[in-house]
Amino acid sequence: MAVLELSNISKHFGAIQAVNDVSFSLEAGEVIGLMGDNGAGKSTLVKMIAGNFAPSEGTMRMDGEPLVMHHPVDARRHGIEIVHQDLALCNNLTAAANVFLGRELYRWFGPIRVLDYATMYRRSGEIFAELKSETRPRDLIRNMSGGQRQAVAIGRTRLSNPKVVLMDEPTAAISVRQVAEVLNLIKRLRDQGITVVLISHRMPDVFGVADRVIVLRRGTKVADKRIDQSSPEEVTGLITGAIEGV
Amino acid sequence: MSITLDQTIAQRQHTWLTSLLRSQAFWVFVAIIVACLFLTVATDSFATSKNIFNITRNVTFTAIIALGMTMVIIIGGIDLSVGSVLCLSSMVLAVTMHAGYGLEIGILVAVVTSLAVGAFNGVLVAYLGFPPFVVTLGMLSIARSLAMVASNNTVVFEFGPDHARLLDLGGGAWLLGIANPVLYMVALALLVGFVLKWTKFGRHLYAIGGNEHAAMLTGVPVRPIKVAVYMISALSAGIAGIVQTGWLGAVTTNLGTGMELQVIAAAVIGGASLVGGVGGATGALVGAALIEVIRNSLGLLGINAFWQGTFIGACIIIAVAFERVRQMRSSD
Repeated sequence: MAVLELSNISKHFGAIQAVNDVSFSLEAGEVIGLMGDNGAGKSTLVKMIAGNFAPSEGTMRMDGEPLVMHHPVDARRHGIEIVHQDLALCNNLTAAANVFLGRELYRWFGPIRVLDYATMYRRSGEIFAELKSETRPRDLIRNMSGGQRQAVAIGRTRLSNPKVVLMDEPTAAISVRQVAEVLNLIKRLRDQGITVVLISHRMPDVFGVADRVIVLRRGTKVADKRIDQSSPEEVTGLITGAIEGV
Repeated sequence: MSITLDQTIAQRQHTWLTSLLRSQAFWVFVAIIVACLFLTVATDSFATSKNIFNITRNVTFTAIIALGMTMVIIIGGIDLSVGSVLCLSSMVLAVTMHAGYGLEIGILVAVVTSLAVGAFNGVLVAYLGFPPFVVTLGMLSIARSLAMVASNNTVVFEFGPDHARLLDLGGGAWLLGIANPVLYMVALALLVGFVLKWTKFGRHLYAIGGNEHAAMLTGVPVRPIKVAVYMISALSAGIAGIVQTGWLGAVTTNLGTGMELQVIAAAVIGGASLVGGVGGATGALVGAALIEVIRNSLGLLGINAFWQGTFIGACIIIAVAFERVRQMRSSD
């Protein structure tokens, strides 16, 4: 059964048609590469799934239930976690503080509820270990490498038990060695039965981890293929419009 | 392999000692101690109980407001209206009590007035996107003008039936001969220190200052928190106004003129960064203390009072220079 199902989703901003009648469904434990040129409607689509704004037309379903969201926090409640392109990290805080940002843990100190530093450090340590990342919970984000920052942003998604993780250009701004690290993180999420939507410009990344690729062009879905039945050349053609659609 | 990974994760990069040595508040504290030792040796009037009493009491008004200001600075804002809010709160209290109302009513009215001013600032900044500098600059003018309207620009020095209680509240020394304002300062500093370190609210202030967009995306209620912080800042100015009224025993409409700059200076010297995301309660206290020690010592050493501004200004610039050096080091 599909985890997340989009039917005939459209979004227009005034006269501009950003996304036009897009439908697809995502299965559990599947990695989907969502590709398209700038302005193809990728980020608009992602923002709708992330709850930033509602579609103009069409419906989204999560496990068969209609999905209506008004705020990014709604998405999280429905089991959708987003790793933003800029990672949404606070440089001045520790890795653990960032992982738990907005979802801090407490303990009781007499009658007063206080932040539970010890448990947050321990839990984030466990999450980083699980992701096999050399990230220390007490380190400040400011002093971290791009790969470690990605691990912190991805670590956040492990707090809840999400069904879908959206990753917006996770490899755009990091070194080659760190790209491999991030792709491994994606595989680990998949192995735990989580559906990962990987929005990327980079062909090798998508062909490295994705099971399926969805291509958008000018707001319309032009392809939805298994990776092993496609090729980077074909996808490039689909993105640019050299190939009309399949 | 897994052992080494666990070891790296378990390894603490920041022990309490390194974080102490890295904290600006600590070094300012050291500077104060050194200055105090020097003054004790160099003058015979510094280490007298009367002078110490004066210093501690003078520090308090700046320090109490600097606590609120530090929170505003942590979220990356600024509040220029605190000097005028201090005056407005003080004047509202004075006028209310002068009209025959009791101390409690007077304090209530002053507190509510301060909170209303803070809420106004906060809503304009958080919900309407006004730059805090401009909003609070406007309020600097408005609040002082309202204080003049409330008092018809007269000096108020009679506070009705509770006159004596008000003077005792601000001028007394209820515990071990420590001036009351100092007690309030310590209590408020402990409260602010606790909130910043141990509550979700405090954690979120640092998050907003560090990356407001990220805080918003992760579900931190950024706007309500901003409003609350501007209200706290105005409240701290209001409290300082109430205490100062009792201490001075008279209120004029030029009370707290230029105080905003001194308060910001205290916060910055104490380690708060105007970029946001950094600062603490201890910093507010030691920053205010350093300014007062400089002011006091120049007088005792017989240096012309006109030099005060130069010394305090130099401290601000040195404090920021330290921050720059640290930033350059960490960016290497």
